[in-house]
Amino acid sequence: MSDLALRPASLPGDSLVMLGRSVRLSIRNMDALFTALLLPIMLMLLFVYLFGGAIQTGTEYVTYVVPGVIVLCAGFGSSLTAVAVTQDMNGGIMDRFRSMDISAGAVLGGHVVASIARNLLSTVLVLAVGFLIGFRPEAGALDFLAAFGVLFLYVLAFSWVAAAVGVLTRSAEAANGFTFFVMFLPYPSSAFVPVETMPTWIHGFAENQPMTPIIESMRALLLGTPMGNSAWLAAAWCAGILVAAVATATFLFRRRIS
Amino acid sequence: MPDEPAIEATGLEKSYGDVSVLGGVDLTVARGSVFSLLGPNGAGKTTTVRILSTLLPADAGTARVAGYDVRRERSQVRRSISLTGQDTAIDELQTGAENLRMMARLCRLPRRRAAARADELLERFDLVEAGSRRVGTYSGGMRRRLDLAASLIARPEVIFLDEPTTGLDPRSRQQVWEVVTGLTRDGVTIFLTTQYLEEADKLADRIAVVDGGRIVAEGTAAQLKAQVAGHRLDLVAVDALAFDELARRLGRRVAGSEPERLTLSVATDGQAGHVRALLDEVDPTRRAVHRFTVHGATLDDVFLTLTGHTTETTKETAGV
Repeated sequence: MSDLALRPASLPGDSLVMLGRSVRLSIRNMDALFTALLLPIMLMLLFVYLFGGAIQTGTEYVTYVVPGVIVLCAGFGSSLTAVAVTQDMNGGIMDRFRSMDISAGAVLGGHVVASIARNLLSTVLVLAVGFLIGFRPEAGALDFLAAFGVLFLYVLAFSWVAAAVGVLTRSAEAANGFTFFVMFLPYPSSAFVPVETMPTWIHGFAENQPMTPIIESMRALLLGTPMGNSAWLAAAWCAGILVAAVATATFLFRRRIS
Repeated sequence: MPDEPAIEATGLEKSYGDVSVLGGVDLTVARGSVFSLLGPNGAGKTTTVRILSTLLPADAGTARVAGYDVRRERSQVRRSISLTGQDTAIDELQTGAENLRMMARLCRLPRRRAAARADELLERFDLVEAGSRRVGTYSGGMRRRLDLAASLIARPEVIFLDEPTTGLDPRSRQQVWEVVTGLTRDGVTIFLTTQYLEEADKLADRIAVVDGGRIVAEGTAAQLKAQVAGHRLDLVAVDALAFDELARRLGRRVAGSEPERLTLSVATDGQAGHVRALLDEVDPTRRAVHRFTVHGATLDDVFLTLTGHTTETTKETAGV
């Protein structure tokens, strides 16, 4: 028997309150916030100045790598949702929320929306640092908007995956393991080096994993590289992951709290 | 329906796999009263609270809370109750005031009324100074008070408190007791679980003793104490011979016996007259009893008397 009295009428109101809560918690979790803001800067400097000299991509390396760093940082930021959700699931507050007749979707939804806000901030930071060290996109306002759209879909999908992981795990440490996984996913893709330079056996994975079309479509929008079917592939991947993740998170949530 | 009880449960059962947690619990709690479920860890207290507060469906049995069925009218029940569980339900990274305002907003109070209600509760729970500080800086007692304040936001009719003082120092425990006593003046119904006889004794109008998922006794504190005599007299004999003599004279009244320490326990009401008369009766020559001590009856004594066995925790500490 389902244990959730979802009351659609109250969902937006509850979600808004929950969003306020999640944002406050995000801002005040100094360790995580510090990492989330420092990571983009460190990664950018690391790739451009330490590795960049040795990597030939046909363009200035900073230009090539900015979309990759944006996606890596957004992945990290999204996966932090798992930690926030698991803390709620395993603390006393979930029982209180449930006994208050609050729409359950609001709790997870609040964390996901806060994640999107957090990642918008870190993306702006990556772009700003990139600009300071020589990143010059050739994109118009519409292209920028479209690139943010792709990123939004990606963050939304992975935040929901993280929410599902958060419902499943029993400790913040375990939830953190997911962060690790998402942080590494961009490496075997075209994020930092062209796939052609990798060993042949990894091409199949690197070219067909979701990160590659997401990054390639951002590159196409920001830098005017050929788009091909990257945009469709990216949208399909994100939509597929999103639907699966929302369904899984909701199912696990209901099972966990009944 | 003013005559309807605040809580009425019949035949509640719950098991996890083969393990039965509740084996048919019946309870009735009158409106405006304080009811305490007293029992050791694992007796089924939390499971009962979770079923009554709609968080957990029972395998069998029915329950009505505040006039609504916990299964079919869950939303109505949820709007009439509040639950304060064993784990604190507040955010450490938010201030006391922010926590209360958030809960008030979730109870659908408009922004301004939510703020006013938060201030009112901070005042009432002596947290005005602390209200602007993050909960992470609070003491255990302050957290509990804030947690209780948060549970009162929507003026619930029935308040569930699951072991509200477990893990608190004596001073904080005293503060929580004062809060609960204050609540009863508002006419709300309080359902409280505890491991401490003293707590149930102090706060509850009626107490149900729960053990192994069943209610083994129910009544007022006085009625229960009458069954367990309230105090225990420990007699230490001068030697083994005297020990046997004392045991023989006490006969069936012996409530506990530790031959290796020459100690016999017997129930008493703790009055000097009763203790004196008892000593005179079992030791007329005034040579057999070396020392004696009087203890207030503990939950273990209640259990020993009501169920014929001690609690798990007793077994661990008995040898000390």
